[in-house]
Order: sequence, then C-alpha cells, then structure tokens
Amino acid sequence: MTKPGDGRGEMALPAPVLTMRGIGKRFPGVTALDGVDLRLLPGEVHALMGENGAGKSTLIKVLTGVHAADAGTVELEGRRVAFAGPLEAQQAGISTVYQEVNLCANLSVAENILLGREPRRRGRIDWKRMRARATELLSRLELSLDVSAPLSSCSLAVQQMVAIARAIDVDARVLILDEPTSSLDAGEVAQLFRVMRRLKDQGIAILFVSHFLDQVYEIADRMTILRNGKLVGEHLTRELSMVRLVALMIGQELAALERLHGAHRTFDRPLVEARGVGRTGAVEPFTLTVHEGEVVGLAGLLGSGRTEIARLLFGADHASTGEMAVGGSPASLRTPRAAMNHKIAFCSENRKADGLIPDLTVRENIILALQATRGWTRPVPREQQDELVGRYIKALKISPPNPEQLVRNLSGGNQQKVVLARWLILEPRLLILDEPTRGIDVGAKTEIQRLVAELSDGGMAVLFISAELEEVLRLSHKVEVLRDRRLVAELPNDERLTTDVLMETIASGGRGR
Amino acid sequence: MNTAMTTGALRLRRVPGKYLPVVVTGCLLVAMFATGGIRYEGFATGQVILNVFIDNAFLLVVAVGMTFVILTGGIDLSVGSVVALSTMIAASLMEGPGWPPYLVVPLVLAVGSGLGLVMGYIVHAFDIQPFIVTLAGMFLARGLCYTIGTDSIPITDPTFTVFAQTRIDLFADLWISPSVLLAVAVVVVAAYVLHYTRFGRTVYATGGNEQSALLMGLPVGRTKIAVYTISGFCSALGGVLLSFYMLSGYGLHAVGMELDAIAAVVIGGTLLTGGSGFLLGTVLGVLVLGLIQTIISFEGTLSSWWTKIFIGMLLFVFIVLQRLFSARSRR
Repeated sequence: MTKPGDGRGEMALPAPVLTMRGIGKRFPGVTALDGVDLRLLPGEVHALMGENGAGKSTLIKVLTGVHAADAGTVELEGRRVAFAGPLEAQQAGISTVYQEVNLCANLSVAENILLGREPRRRGRIDWKRMRARATELLSRLELSLDVSAPLSSCSLAVQQMVAIARAIDVDARVLILDEPTSSLDAGEVAQLFRVMRRLKDQGIAILFVSHFLDQVYEIADRMTILRNGKLVGEHLTRELSMVRLVALMIGQELAALERLHGAHRTFDRPLVEARGVGRTGAVEPFTLTVHEGEVVGLAGLLGSGRTEIARLLFGADHASTGEMAVGGSPASLRTPRAAMNHKIAFCSENRKADGLIPDLTVRENIILALQATRGWTRPVPREQQDELVGRYIKALKISPPNPEQLVRNLSGGNQQKVVLARWLILEPRLLILDEPTRGIDVGAKTEIQRLVAELSDGGMAVLFISAELEEVLRLSHKVEVLRDRRLVAELPNDERLTTDVLMETIASGGRGR
Repeated sequence: MNTAMTTGALRLRRVPGKYLPVVVTGCLLVAMFATGGIRYEGFATGQVILNVFIDNAFLLVVAVGMTFVILTGGIDLSVGSVVALSTMIAASLMEGPGWPPYLVVPLVLAVGSGLGLVMGYIVHAFDIQPFIVTLAGMFLARGLCYTIGTDSIPITDPTFTVFAQTRIDLFADLWISPSVLLAVAVVVVAAYVLHYTRFGRTVYATGGNEQSALLMGLPVGRTKIAVYTISGFCSALGGVLLSFYMLSGYGLHAVGMELDAIAAVVIGGTLLTGGSGFLLGTVLGVLVLGLIQTIISFEGTLSSWWTKIFIGMLLFVFIVLQRLFSARSRR
C-alpha cells in the first residue's frame, strides 16, 4: 500500500487546491469509505480509479456535499470546508458534470449555461447580453455554436461541453467530471480532451472518473486508486503501468483456488453461436461460441461490455450486425421471448430492478417465468407450483424455506437464489448469469458457484459474468476477455491461466499475448 | 387548395421547431374563421372575434394560470371549482352583509391564491402528484360553494352591474368589455414574467427536467409552489370576471371549466409534460374553443354538444401532433 506522498517528485508539487484527509463514510450495513485521502493540484487532471463499489461516487458525493462525511476533513485552498449541498460546493468553486448530462434540453444553449445567473437589467433578463456571455464562455472551450438553438438539437458531446461551460462560469477551481466519456464516440472524446487540456492550462484542477483505461492514460497526470472504500494508492500516471493499475483496482487476493472443474475439457456440441454480433455504441462485433455443458466466463472491467454481450444474446437489445445460431441452425434472437423459446435464460445484474418483485412471495416470484411461457390463460396448477417451488427451495437451500414468505424479507443471497430458481424451473439450455454473486455473503456465494458447476456437469451451458476474476477463473472452462467494449481475447482455462494472466490481458487489451 | 397546402407546408418547415405548434394553432384559427366567413352571412366581421374574447375573458385568465402550472409539468384540476367558489363568495358577501366590492374582490383573490398556495405546498413538500392534490382541491372548493348556499345568488351591486354593462368602443362599430382589457393585461404581464424574469425561466427549466433544474441550483420548490399560487389567483380573478359576465354567484358555475382550460392550453401547443409552450398559444387555444362555439351557434341547427365533439376531436389531433413533435426533437 502506497501512502500519498510516496510519489517521487514530491518537491516539485505545488500546493494542492483541494485536500481530503481520512474521509470515512458509513451507510447502514456497509462502510463505503474508510480513511480515504485525495489531493488535487492546480492545473492537473487527476483520475479517480476503482472498480464498481470501490467508493468513487461516494467520495465525490462527500466532496460536493451530497453526503456528509462521518470522519475526515476537506480543505479547499487551505480553508476547511463542509458543504451542505452541490449548490454550496459550486459557489465555493467546485463544479461537477455528471455522467448523464444534467441540463434542460428544452431550453436554449445560452440559457443552460447561465440559468439562475442570467444577466439582468432592471430585473428584466437581458437576452442580448446573455447570448454574448454564453458565446464568450463557449469560445473559452474553443467551441462556436448558435447559443440560441435549443440544447436538444446538440449532440451529446456538445451538451457535455455546455455543461462544462456552465460549470466553469462560476469561477470553478475544481471541476469534477464523472464518467464524461461513457456515451461519446472517439472524435467527441478527443474534443473533450482538448477542452480539458485547455482548462488545465488555465489552472483548474480536474477530477476525472472513467472506466476507460486508455483514456485515463491519455489525459490524466496523476491518479488515486480506491478499492472497497479504502485508499490503495496515489501515483503519477507515467510511473504506474496499466497491469499494476488493474492489479491495484481489482486486488490480488490470490488465495489458493481450487478449480471447481476438472481439467480443461473440449466441447464439441455448440449450443449458441454468435458470429460478428455487435451493437453500435454498446459493444463491437464479437464472435463467441458456447457449447453444451460449458461454462464461459466473461472477464473485464465495469463498462467493458460484459452486460451488453449478455443482453444481446438474450435479445434484450437488438444486434446491429452479425448473425446468431442456436443448436446449429440460424436463429433470430430479437426479443427476450424468442430467446426464451430457444431455452435461453438471463439472470440480470440488477436483481432488484429487473428481476424480483419484492412484494410477491417466494413461490409467486419463482413461478413467474414459467407462467409467462404458458400465457395467462393456462395457470400453473397450485399443486404443481407447490411441488416445483418446494423442490427448488430445497435444492438451492433458500432460507427461510417458506414459499409464502415475501421476497423483500429475504437476504440478498437468498433473493439471488430465488431469481436463479425462477430461471432453472424453465430448464434452460443456456443460462446467462450477470454478476450473480455481487453483494451477497460468502456462504451463499460458494453455494451459487457450486450450483453453476453442477448445472454445467448436467449439460447446461452457462455464460458467467463477474467482476471477480477469481470467481470467473474458478468456474469457467474458457474465459472471454473484454476491454473497452471489445472482445479482445479468448483464453482456455488451463493450468497456465491465472488471475495475473487475466489482469495482464485486460490491461494490455489482448495485445500482450 | 392542394397547392396552397403544400406551399404552407414548405413555409412551416422553416419555422423553428418550438414555434411550430403555435403556428399550427394560428393557421387552424384562420382557417376556421375563413370557413365561417364563407359559410355564414355576417360572420366575417371583427366583432365576431371580439365577441369570442368577450364571452371567454374569464376562461382566458384561468387558462393563463393553467399555462404556468402545465409548463412546470403539473396540472391544476381545481380551477373550475375555485372560479365557482369565487363567484359564490363575491355574491354572498355583497348581497348578504352588503360588503363593498373594493373589499370583496381583494378577499376573493386572496382566498383563491391561498388555496393555490396550500395545494402547491402539498405538491412540493410531500412530493405528491399534482393531479391528486388538485383533485382534492377541486372537491373542497366545490363543496365550500354549497356551504355558502345551494341556490344561485343574483348580484345587484351597482359597481358590478356597471362593470358588466360597460362597452368600450373601439373604432368603427367594434367594442369590447372591460373584462377583455383585464384579461389582455393579465396575458401581457404573464408573458413578460415567463420570458423576461428568472422566475419565468425557472418555470420552463423545471418543466424541462426537474432533477436537472435542482442540480443547477434553481429554486425548484419555490417555483412549484408559486405556479399553483398563480393558478389559484388567476382562477379567483376568472371568477370575478365570470360574476361580471353572469351577474350571479352559483355553486354550479364553471362546471368542467378546468378541462376547457387544459384543452385550451394543449390546443395552444403547450406540452402536457412541461417545459415547452407559449402564452400566445394559450390565447389562440381559447380563441379556437370560442370560435367553435360561435360556428355552432351560427349553424343554428346543431346542438351545443357538438362543441364538445369538436373540442374532443381537436384534442386528439393535437396530442398526437405533440407526440410527433417531441419524438422528432428527441432525435
């Protein structure tokens, strides 16, 4: 673990414009931040790195006053501050541009920049001066556009610039960009980076959050890395290799792992084949074959396209290119219903929003998908329901083993098992599991892992998505490595494959091997 | 006819998107007026238009308040009942204890604004759908009318009767009532507020994206309360104008007027989802509604329910148009 200040060249550093020390934040049941430090220097782009749940957004929310910190101090230019909300932070010179552009698309560009600060003459908005001021602010970003046009007529990238123009109008000294590039194409990213460099030259400190490693390495001067709410290190970008960064982000708890599967096997009966399947803006075309009885792991950082691949295979999104085949014959998986007819099941990442209905009982939740395949005119007989549900409650060790319990009262792990049971009841041939073990306790986790292994031994194909590389490695027969929305490598899971190799592949984008 | 329509369509394409609904309503109004002029003797006179203003001055004022609310993405169902309550309070206080109008009118306006304020506060503070809050306000105000009296109370106050009968002569033989002047003044002030004050722009921002408006540091809560207060004030003022027009207070006045007001605002091109629309559109919307009534009465043989049928059809057309516009602008 590196403490801030370990970096060489310490002598040359100017006084930080913002210093956060020992920040701690607890939410009921979780420690979101634990003793985190962050220093922002004037005129630098500073990347805040970490996997999902590492505490990046909590840290930003503490900084901008959305959350109050439980411990630690924030100093802005040497003075201690604690903001009551984003507005106060903004007035003190800390502006945030969020991932989703928070502007009003129905109003003009000029208004979006100056809303709430409109130049006035005798209480009357001076539209002429307002347009002039907006044009001037945009020209600081080397942008010229018709400021009286409605914002909705601008591209997302331009909207982002408008949000930045709004942010810097308030004499910002710290600009926080939270995932600004996630919906931009390469040209737009380049434009954003030009603007960022320009602002940096003007002495503004920029805190940049992104999941795209290439972009971080292109623009950031220094980075702070968080993992599980703790500070892992503060580094100069040029002194930290990508492999090392990925290792720091994911953590190297390389406990001895028994592989649940025997030696790497070969599979000869392809179940689902995707050839050149891709979706513009979501994931680049990829080719992927899942065989019967095979567990295919998808490894990659958050936002690398893992979920997007799953959604394409399940027909939740439409592929813009490529073709798919199920069991050797071409199939169009354009709707989840079509996928379900081919016996493909999908346990989504967000079990609360997409999967479970908390106010229904365990039985009702489990029976839901089965009922959907039969149509509502042919209800599943109650005895059959009880029999099926009883069987899966026992098999998955759902606790409490009461089918009439409301799902909202179950723990996360047991809720996940209910989602699993719902799909297993359909006896799918391909089961897609998107982060099935996230946020559940260790016991439930190993049970779910064991279950996946059993199912595949029984001939079911499984597409297993997880942010935890160990888990992927432990379960999969082969691992597909994703990086920046591209499938970069397919690695057979043999003795030589370790989490280190996986990390290296992610970091190098498959070029290293 | 065909060529006229295509050139019209060509010209429409050059109009900036946000003005398009207003322009469409304006064209509709002109077309209706022209049709009436061709079909009926004595229709194509300025006084016909002015009569529409005279007969709908109260609706216009109410619709102005409604425009504020709808621009924030809300709705106010209580306006018709507040109008009725205002006529009832005014009539009962002047005819019973004999209060003078200069006391009664401010009191009525205060009651209307107060009701709006309370509803706005509930909408904001408890984050409840405006639909249900103002529905409650609608029942409350209508019920209060009957606690004052179940019968119609005629107004005999000399100030009111003079105001009701005054004709302001314009040029030629044209004339308007004082109510029209008042309504036009309300429109002008409201348009100024919407376009030249921070409050007005916050109304648009709130309707465009409430979450963003909050994050941009705008006083969203205060604005929401204010628009319902304005709507309450406009309803009360509309009630006063209606009592000039009817010279009576009655609990059954203005039944369903909230829906007329909403219809006028929507036909005027304001999006029900908020954030887009103009007061000029609302004025045109009220005129369209009024002109439909006029045409039906000129037709003579049609029952007045045809007014509702036409309004219904127009609304269908306009909400579909709105959907198409917003789908286009999202792209």
